[in-house]
Amino acid sequence: MNRVENDEKNKKYLNGSRIDCVCYDDLRYGGFASDFTMNNEVAVKNKKLVRNLAIVAVAMFGFGYALVPLYDVLCEWKWIERDRPDAIKAIPETAYEIDVNRNIKIEFLTTLNENTPMIFRAEQTQITVHPGEYHTVNFYAENKTDKPMIARAIPSFSPALTSTYFEKVECFCFSEQTFAPHEGKTMPMRFVINPALPYDYQTITLSYTFFDNTQNAVKK
Amino acid sequence: MSAVTAEHAHDDHHDDHAHGPEKGWLRWIVTTNHKDIGTMYLLFALAMFFVGGAMAMIIRAELFEPGLQFVDPQFFNSMTTMHALVMVFGAVMPAFVGLANWMIPMMIGAPDMALPRMNNMSFWMLVAGILLIASTLFMEGGAPAGGWTLYPPLVLQTGKALPFAIFAVHLLGVSSIMGAINIIATILNMRAPAMTLMKMPLFVWTWLITGFLLIAIMPVFAGSVTMLLTDKFFHTSFFDAAGGGDPVLYQHIFWFFGHPEVYVMILPTFGVASTIIPVFARKPLFGYSSMVYATAAIAFLSFIVWAHHMFTVGLPIAGELYFMYATMLIAIPTGVKVFNWTATMWKGSMTFETPMLFSIAFVVLFTLGGFTGLMMSIAPVDFQYHDTYFIVAHFHYTLVPASVFILMAAGYYWMPKWTGHMYNEKIGQLHFWLSAISVNILFFPQHFLGLAGMPRRIPDYAIQFADWNMISSIGGFIFGASQLLFLWIVIDTIKGGTGEKVSDEVWEDAHKHGLEWTLPSPVPYHTFSTPPTVIPCDHD
Amino acid sequence: MKKIKQLFAGVTFASLGLQSAQADYTLNLMQGVTTVSHDIFDLHMLILWVCVFIGIAVFGTMFYSMYHHRKSKGHKAANFHENTTVEIIWTIIPTLILVAMAIPATKTMLELDNVQNSDMSIKVTGKQWYWDYEYLGTGVHFESHLDAVSEKVHRDGSDPTRVPHYLLNVDNPLVVPVGKKIRFVFTAADVIHSWWVPDLGWKKDANPGFINEAWTQVDKPGTYRGQCTELCGRDHGFMPIVVIAMEQADYDKWLQTTLAKQNEKPDLSDQNRQQLMTNGEAVYLKNCVACHQIDGKGINGTYPALSGSAKVTGGIDPLIGFLQAGTSRMPAFAKLKDNELAAVITYIRNAPELGNKVGDEIQPKAITPVYDDDE
Repeated sequence: MNRVENDEKNKKYLNGSRIDCVCYDDLRYGGFASDFTMNNEVAVKNKKLVRNLAIVAVAMFGFGYALVPLYDVLCEWKWIERDRPDAIKAIPETAYEIDVNRNIKIEFLTTLNENTPMIFRAEQTQITVHPGEYHTVNFYAENKTDKPMIARAIPSFSPALTSTYFEKVECFCFSEQTFAPHEGKTMPMRFVINPALPYDYQTITLSYTFFDNTQNAVKK
Repeated sequence: MSAVTAEHAHDDHHDDHAHGPEKGWLRWIVTTNHKDIGTMYLLFALAMFFVGGAMAMIIRAELFEPGLQFVDPQFFNSMTTMHALVMVFGAVMPAFVGLANWMIPMMIGAPDMALPRMNNMSFWMLVAGILLIASTLFMEGGAPAGGWTLYPPLVLQTGKALPFAIFAVHLLGVSSIMGAINIIATILNMRAPAMTLMKMPLFVWTWLITGFLLIAIMPVFAGSVTMLLTDKFFHTSFFDAAGGGDPVLYQHIFWFFGHPEVYVMILPTFGVASTIIPVFARKPLFGYSSMVYATAAIAFLSFIVWAHHMFTVGLPIAGELYFMYATMLIAIPTGVKVFNWTATMWKGSMTFETPMLFSIAFVVLFTLGGFTGLMMSIAPVDFQYHDTYFIVAHFHYTLVPASVFILMAAGYYWMPKWTGHMYNEKIGQLHFWLSAISVNILFFPQHFLGLAGMPRRIPDYAIQFADWNMISSIGGFIFGASQLLFLWIVIDTIKGGTGEKVSDEVWEDAHKHGLEWTLPSPVPYHTFSTPPTVIPCDHD
Repeated sequence: MKKIKQLFAGVTFASLGLQSAQADYTLNLMQGVTTVSHDIFDLHMLILWVCVFIGIAVFGTMFYSMYHHRKSKGHKAANFHENTTVEIIWTIIPTLILVAMAIPATKTMLELDNVQNSDMSIKVTGKQWYWDYEYLGTGVHFESHLDAVSEKVHRDGSDPTRVPHYLLNVDNPLVVPVGKKIRFVFTAADVIHSWWVPDLGWKKDANPGFINEAWTQVDKPGTYRGQCTELCGRDHGFMPIVVIAMEQADYDKWLQTTLAKQNEKPDLSDQNRQQLMTNGEAVYLKNCVACHQIDGKGINGTYPALSGSAKVTGGIDPLIGFLQAGTSRMPAFAKLKDNELAAVITYIRNAPELGNKVGDEIQPKAITPVYDDDE
């Protein structure tokens, strides 16, 4: 059966049927192929399309990676509310007007990741401060092993939004800490609550998790 | 039917395409014919369906009663992880690619896929990827056991298998992307002249959209697992808090891939349902263009709702609310689809052959899964539902009696066309009823378990969950065993089926619904060497 | 036969909507014991009824059509394939329903998010595979493990049906006062966990390195049970949560007793073999069994066996040092007191169920610290 017969058959099928949307397009006929194989034009079109789609795929791979800095941007933009430790920097001490009418409770939490053999505690676990007032809280950390240890304290705030108003002038969390065997250190953290802190917040929790980075640091 | 010889006579200039298949086993290795590759995809998917199913049977056997009876908890976790990976990447996705390979050229009047060699390559890469991921089961430390979502830091505790699993994901990703590019190129460039975009069958439309989804998301997934790899072996800190990373970031990247990924498995399902239901209702599809727009809308929404998988992860309130509202929106286009299918059946002249039975069960049970999906979009209530058996029930309803049932329907619907033989309708209907009843015994009680407080991915549970787990397991065993009937039917039909000679249109007036039914049964090795000029379309 | 009977009973009771004799399971979400959990329950019921209503309408139409518009009944197919009015209606109505749903959902969401103005704070740390609770500002800090009976039964394969609250019981429950707004701060020390007590109405992920918060105010004294809901490895299914809500006075008393007990100096006097072995088994079940298994055989390729291990049956001092300092793969057990270390060492060297028989007893005094345990 050739093309003409085939078309005739289809037409016969379709004409007069209920579903009679017969699409018959003489004008475009031949624009595609006069035989069953791809003509040059289609092959070129295919090649171009494949190239474009492959570029899209590669770009999307890059987009996956772009999500990483994008996430940081969103965090700073307070939308996802995470404090990226790398982004923490010391803030120069500025004189704020102390708002004595407000009391903010600050809680300090300490966690050791994976039961790292250390002692780690805040010397005051809870203090009440006025916004604009500078305070120093000491943390104590001790390496309980007889090997040197490199550890990094990662801060996290709750409610996360408050991190922007919690300004650290001095902190052990800005960099990795090295501990000699059995060395114990008292580490100060000096901070101020920016009086711009919204009135919704009365309690701020600051958590530090110590991660033992010795192996990574050595391999690096 | 003399089509084969007639076509031979007709294609005088390009005899390299005119010959039949290669002789012997080499045919299947080197073939570039869309029908051969489609067959291989479908048979491979069927095999993986049984492999993944066997894993599910191990899971349901362990959960049959409280206490640990058969497997170690770590192996149990490997089973849930591998079951998901094999079913998603080995069974459901390849099955739809197989259908696309077989049907899209025949539906749009093209002689073959646009890129036949790449087609062959993407199939064999899929096989390599799945074999690689299956091989991790035998590695020191066992297969990945952190769930198919591969969340760090847990997944980084995997033994030797981690880099192999990640490389397997890369292979599967490349294979999917190549498959998607091929399908898009075929649809955009190879249509018969009369086949304008808005005259394409919905299966073709849904695959066109799915193809774009795949190209957009598979690279992102590849990127996220590459970050896992470098975190583990090259001391980067994308997801490690100790180095300034964030494990939650992985979840954002993963679900940016993961949510569209679940639509990759459901959009072609919609397409097949919209193809089958009109034929057996003997009525044109209701609301063709709204179906196309609804599919596109769902695909678009799938990119902006990902964090509804993460409501409990500690998102800020603005994020919770945004993702809740956006997710609720998905119900609208999805509802349109369900209403359209119902309206297609309305005032039709229905018959209930096996493909139609599976399609109707799909509409009903997918809608059930959609309802629980809507329930879970309500963020505060999701604080209860999240990570319990309620969500296990939800996504299995949208995958098993939806995607898998539609794949079965497609098998029954097109098998006579592919093989030229009629399947055994009695056994087909038996298969349907056993499957449809047992799938509900299997998954419906899981809603109760979840609401009563049973978390997902646990190998042992408290006594109050015992009754429903046992019922669910029994349903699972019946469902598993019933699928052997399907295997029998496939083999039987290939071997000759009922022996009845099937006509070209197979189903009454099917030629009015799709070009493939104007071709001879069985379909000759090469079809539409000449593009058809007259195309049926049951809409305007 | 018993199983078949149970199953039959289960099916029958379920179909009658009655409670099974075997267990007090529920079909629906639990209402919980807090105002928020009631709000969540109401939302759940509302959306459920909306779904049921839509379901009846859609499936009703479909089944009506399937019954009446059959070819076998001689129904002739109509030929319509679109109707703009109908399509607009069934787009707008669901939209309105969704908007109506979003309003109460937003209200509850805002309520859940309002953690400020709390009366007390508890830090919850998820660890593989137990919870660690710290009552901020009080000094009370303890671990909460799966109770010993469940721990043993799920590992040695005996019948769990007789164990009270199998897998939902802990050694040290979290105790809270009723009527107080309690703020929880969540974090984890290894992988991601998730803390869920259905009666409180929510779950929250515990992420390593970061903190999350949530709050509750329990109105009714009672015991409320839950589990970890984020896959956290091998024993994810074995780290339950028990919350006991008490009247304020009882809670104050509990707090004092717990604090006193916590500050007690460990009893470092000599113990007889029996005591050492019993205490050792308890320590083993709590801290070691997850990896090294109930028979001491470990997991091939992942966790080394203790049975016949030279490290275990060899010199005492290296073993003590090893336990206290850990390695990259073995966590440090610096938290164990000298008497607990002595007991568990005696146990792993001598327990017949672990297949070791050195024949010695290690007394607390023999524990020479690698470093000083007392801070």
